[in-house]
Amino acid sequence: MNNGLIKISPCFEDVMPQEYKDLVEQGSFGKNFGVSDLGSFKELIEEHPLCAGCGLALSMRLILASLPNPENTIIVGSTGCSALAFSQVALHNIHSLFGNQNAVATGLKRALKLRFPNEIKDVVVVAGDGATADIGLDMVMQSWFRRENITTIMLDNEAYANTGGQESGMTMEKAVLNMAPKGKNFPKVNLADVARVAGCAYVATCNPAKPRMLEKIVRRAVFTAREIGPTYVQIYAPCPTNYKLKPDEMLNTIKTREKDGTYPTSEYISSSAKELLERLEGGTNNEK
Amino acid sequence: MIDQRIVEPKHLFFEAERKKRFITGSEAVKEAIKRANVDMAISYPITPQSESMHLVGDLFAEGYLKEYFRGENEFAVMSEITGAAMAGVRVFTATGGPGTLRAFEMFPTWVGARLPVVCAFLTRGVNSPLTIQPDTIEMSFMLDTGMLMLHAEDAQDLYDMLLKAFIIAEQPDVHIPVGVFADGFFVTHTRETIEVAPEDIKLPSYNPYSSPVPVMDMVNAPVRQMRDPFVMKSNFISYAAHASWQQEVLAAGERARKHIDHYLNGLVESENEEADILIVASGTAVSQSREAISIAREQGINIGLVKLKSIRPFPTEEIRALTKHAKAVIVPEFNRVGWLAREVKSAVNNSDKVIGGPRVFGGMTMPVELILDEIRRCL
Repeated sequence: MNNGLIKISPCFEDVMPQEYKDLVEQGSFGKNFGVSDLGSFKELIEEHPLCAGCGLALSMRLILASLPNPENTIIVGSTGCSALAFSQVALHNIHSLFGNQNAVATGLKRALKLRFPNEIKDVVVVAGDGATADIGLDMVMQSWFRRENITTIMLDNEAYANTGGQESGMTMEKAVLNMAPKGKNFPKVNLADVARVAGCAYVATCNPAKPRMLEKIVRRAVFTAREIGPTYVQIYAPCPTNYKLKPDEMLNTIKTREKDGTYPTSEYISSSAKELLERLEGGTNNEK
Repeated sequence: MIDQRIVEPKHLFFEAERKKRFITGSEAVKEAIKRANVDMAISYPITPQSESMHLVGDLFAEGYLKEYFRGENEFAVMSEITGAAMAGVRVFTATGGPGTLRAFEMFPTWVGARLPVVCAFLTRGVNSPLTIQPDTIEMSFMLDTGMLMLHAEDAQDLYDMLLKAFIIAEQPDVHIPVGVFADGFFVTHTRETIEVAPEDIKLPSYNPYSSPVPVMDMVNAPVRQMRDPFVMKSNFISYAAHASWQQEVLAAGERARKHIDHYLNGLVESENEEADILIVASGTAVSQSREAISIAREQGINIGLVKLKSIRPFPTEEIRALTKHAKAVIVPEFNRVGWLAREVKSAVNNSDKVIGGPRVFGGMTMPVELILDEIRRCL
């Protein structure tokens, strides 16, 4: 990162909004803050327009606090609820079109390797379930086949939430949503298994009800993508608005689904990723 | 990497001693990219667009490019090009016909994102029924994407326009993508003698920080584009922000005129423009028109020719001035819709004198007799 990247020009000091001044004075760049430090530093995400109790909103806060190298991380998003919040994130982030996020990330990562051969530039894709498992699946999987050094994070709210709650490939079978008026008639896509077979070196499913686990998973995914190959993280992030939950029921919904086995947390680490992570984590603290 | 000397664009374009080569249009693409200091090229083998992109792959193997790979489809390739351009490197790709349509959503997106991508469009027909043959109908669809559009008559134009396109696209006051169009097969698959600059020189590299929008590298400020995203807001400020962005993109296209004028020596070329009957054409329709004009001349008929090199921006003022005294304006085209005739009609003072034809499509060549028939009808 350019050290002056977020610095305020002296002549603008009096007009810059307070939240930007906070970012400069108490931000997380170069500080190695994590999830357990939340509340003590200025987060990368500013006030966002997502609904009360939104699983995405909490997940995004946790993802951004977990990034090991925020000062040199570029996010690629896609159309969906998360795109509404990413324009308020103090990282370079790209919204191109719906579904092409992993293709954009491929070009971005390869070009950054050319321009900054001796620096770490982490490219992290954060997109919804529709963008990842439906409209963009082709490009998501092709980026895995090609072994691109990018992290793909799916925010799985099991619906097209931004467009009024339509069924997606990640919706549970039999769920009644728009465009599945008689209930969805095929099972939830098992993208974690697909990712493993398609060449991801690290694959995990998790949720924001376990913030420390989410943090560890995001960091492992970014480290592995940097050194070894593509990684995939799937985060269950329920949508209170379209699933008719009260905002304060979001976390309990996650816990119930984990308990009844319909949305387990899981982790797959390839042997080369295991070697890398053991080296990075010093062989300690390897419990889930 | 191959060692090449960086020279000023004007040296490469106008001053360096050129050597004659007898090559195909696809090979002319390779010769242009060899000297263009391209960082990354991404390809898709839509058959049979042309061999241009695998020849660019050979350049990568020879050490003229830093990065090259085959993408999974044209929409993905144009998306990968987007990411690379946003990271601040000089990129190149090519497509044509069905590939152009498969990738279509990306073209206005490049423009809106102010990416100076150069893409060759080696045009051919659009299904259905299934076709692989030459046709310029895709140019009709591309007219309102906001991209700059140059139309090559032959392999020499293709070579020159591609190299110049990078410099035009990357001007800070332009900084939008340029499509260089050449008629598939007629130009790409036939050989002709063209003149090229020495292969040990190349263009200066692209300076990513000449971009009017931030490069996505966490080096270039600012990091936060919007405090309050206007995408979902239904209020005047959101609409005005979006509208003013689009107006600025339109203005960038207009500002390209002076650069095209400078590097291509005008948006149009004309000869014998005092004649009562003028042919206005672009691409290989110009070559066919030249043949028709020389036959007509032998028969004592005086015909003028206006060759359009830039389609976007459109040379409206030039056409209006050149056709002012003409009694008839003939517009021959390689497509069924007659998009160029529509454009020319909107530019001339009296559109009744514009004759939209002849038109051939579906892969046919344009017999000179068809153009001569139109000429005789005007007498």
